[in-house]
Amino acid sequence: MILYFLSMVLLVMGLYCLVAKKNIVKKIIGIVIIEYSVNLFLVLVGYRSGGIAPILVKGMQAEELVQKGVDPLPQALVLTSIVIGLGTMALMVALCLRMYEKFKTFDMSKINTLKG
Amino acid sequence: MQTYYPLFTAIPLAAAFLNLLLSKISMKVSDYIAFLVTGILAVMAVRMLFEAPFIYAVGNWRPPLGILLVSDGLSSLMLVIINVIGLLAVIFSMKYMTTYTAKPKYYSLFMLMIAGMNGVVITGDMFNLYVFLEIASIASYALVGFGTGKRELEASFKYLVLGGVASTAILFGIAFLYSITGTLNMPDLAQQLETIGMTRTVGFVVALFIMGFGLKASAVPFHAWLPDAHPSAPAPISAMLSGVLIKALGIYTIMRIMFNIIGQNELISAIIMFLGALSMVVGVLLAVGQSDFKRMLAYHSISQMGYVTIGVGLGLNPKIDPAVAALGLFGGLFHLVNHAVFKSCLFLCSGAFEYRTGTREKHEMGGLVRKMPVTSTTCSIASLSISGVPPFNGFWSKLIIILALIKAGYWIYGPIAVLVAFITLISFIRLQTGVMFGKLPEKFSGVKEAPFAMTLPLILLAILCLGIGIAYPWIDYGLLQAARDALLDKMAYMNYLIGG
Repeated sequence: MILYFLSMVLLVMGLYCLVAKKNIVKKIIGIVIIEYSVNLFLVLVGYRSGGIAPILVKGMQAEELVQKGVDPLPQALVLTSIVIGLGTMALMVALCLRMYEKFKTFDMSKINTLKG
Repeated sequence: MQTYYPLFTAIPLAAAFLNLLLSKISMKVSDYIAFLVTGILAVMAVRMLFEAPFIYAVGNWRPPLGILLVSDGLSSLMLVIINVIGLLAVIFSMKYMTTYTAKPKYYSLFMLMIAGMNGVVITGDMFNLYVFLEIASIASYALVGFGTGKRELEASFKYLVLGGVASTAILFGIAFLYSITGTLNMPDLAQQLETIGMTRTVGFVVALFIMGFGLKASAVPFHAWLPDAHPSAPAPISAMLSGVLIKALGIYTIMRIMFNIIGQNELISAIIMFLGALSMVVGVLLAVGQSDFKRMLAYHSISQMGYVTIGVGLGLNPKIDPAVAALGLFGGLFHLVNHAVFKSCLFLCSGAFEYRTGTREKHEMGGLVRKMPVTSTTCSIASLSISGVPPFNGFWSKLIIILALIKAGYWIYGPIAVLVAFITLISFIRLQTGVMFGKLPEKFSGVKEAPFAMTLPLILLAILCLGIGIAYPWIDYGLLQAARDALLDKMAYMNYLIGG
């Protein structure tokens, strides 16, 4: 239970970082923390205390695997979601660099050509 | 046709990567690839309309285990909208995008966006939906910042940050759903949730989904990114974003999940209707004061999506007469189609004006009807449609939504919808007088009509605006009715699990 709670704490920390920090790089770090909190939560969904890897090895009964093995699906989902997160982060960093070229600053409060 | 169903995502995905490789040989080639691919997709999407509902199990895995693709009335309707508007946007891009560099990269991102949207619409698997949603979103973030000017970069970053948070909320919702049901298959989820009922966890999931998909659909408390992002993109992309993306990623997913998976619910209906009403009012009030052509259109997108949302919300209410709920949902779907047609036409018109005059400020233009008659006429037709003037298509869908609201006894929302239609009319009359009529400024005396590649999509869209409107009293739109019935029949959707 405490682990689920901690993933929520991570989410809130990421949100705080995203909202309160003015530096674009820190905002990016905030988003990445949020994404990782979800990944942690997702992989915890398939967690089982004392579980084994969901692979049927030689000499193991199928029942044993069903009883002890962790759910493999969330792990596959987390892998996909990490890759997507990487794609988003690459785009964010690229945009951030381009913005630094144009505005000569990382401070979001000085980047305000748009009205909202 | 059934065996070709996955090609809706496979063709554009393959084209996106091939395009970049082949454009190393010749820059010209990417134009033809984009046109060919969207043309094939549009033909396929139109042919899908004549198919009975079916499912496609990817890799031949039995439905609850493998990924499922579902074709029913709603997904066929969305496929037609996405691919036909996509084709017209590509035709428009051929000339328009010459003002930008790196055209092959543009087409590749465009193809990725189409692949993502098609995937969202055809899939029957919750996580697959998330993946395709992210493909379409990431492509659209990059396309918004394609101009790489100050405004474009800032808009793109803003869109990315908000979109990233929304995607996270959606993934959280999916994780919660998986933890209580142990499945990601959408028909299976519907069956499991039927037995679980509306517990607190399901309520939380609904809240996360309304936040996440509501942000993609830019319902009002989550709308802040749209008025920056849509005007900053190149005109064909604005047309795609406003005309298709916010529908495929936002409204379609909300409809699919709320109707077919969670099921009709009074509280969800009340929340969605409130969001719709708020979007209508706030969007149109902010639109009136805008001087930038595309920015004004972007605010109107928020407002018009409010109509769709309120119609959908009405359909979700199980307590009112089912016939009225069905009428509201039909109006919402009809307005969704109409909005796709006239809003993409308006954005493409703004692009054509910008291409020839180099400005988007309304007060700098004027008297362009004499110099650019085709663009101006199509722009007028689309403006009349969006403001709900009979006999254009926008009139009928707004009328149906307002009638359904009044019949269901929503005495506040109904008159609000009428009032918003009126303010929209005022706003577009000001646009007409500002851009097309009045005195022609000295510097625009040499302006010519836009090239044929740009006027052709405009003419086709304007004909659609007029045609859908005039034909409505005589033809009952079976396409929309099939989409509505697919949404209202939750049992049929659950039966896709055992092979439909």
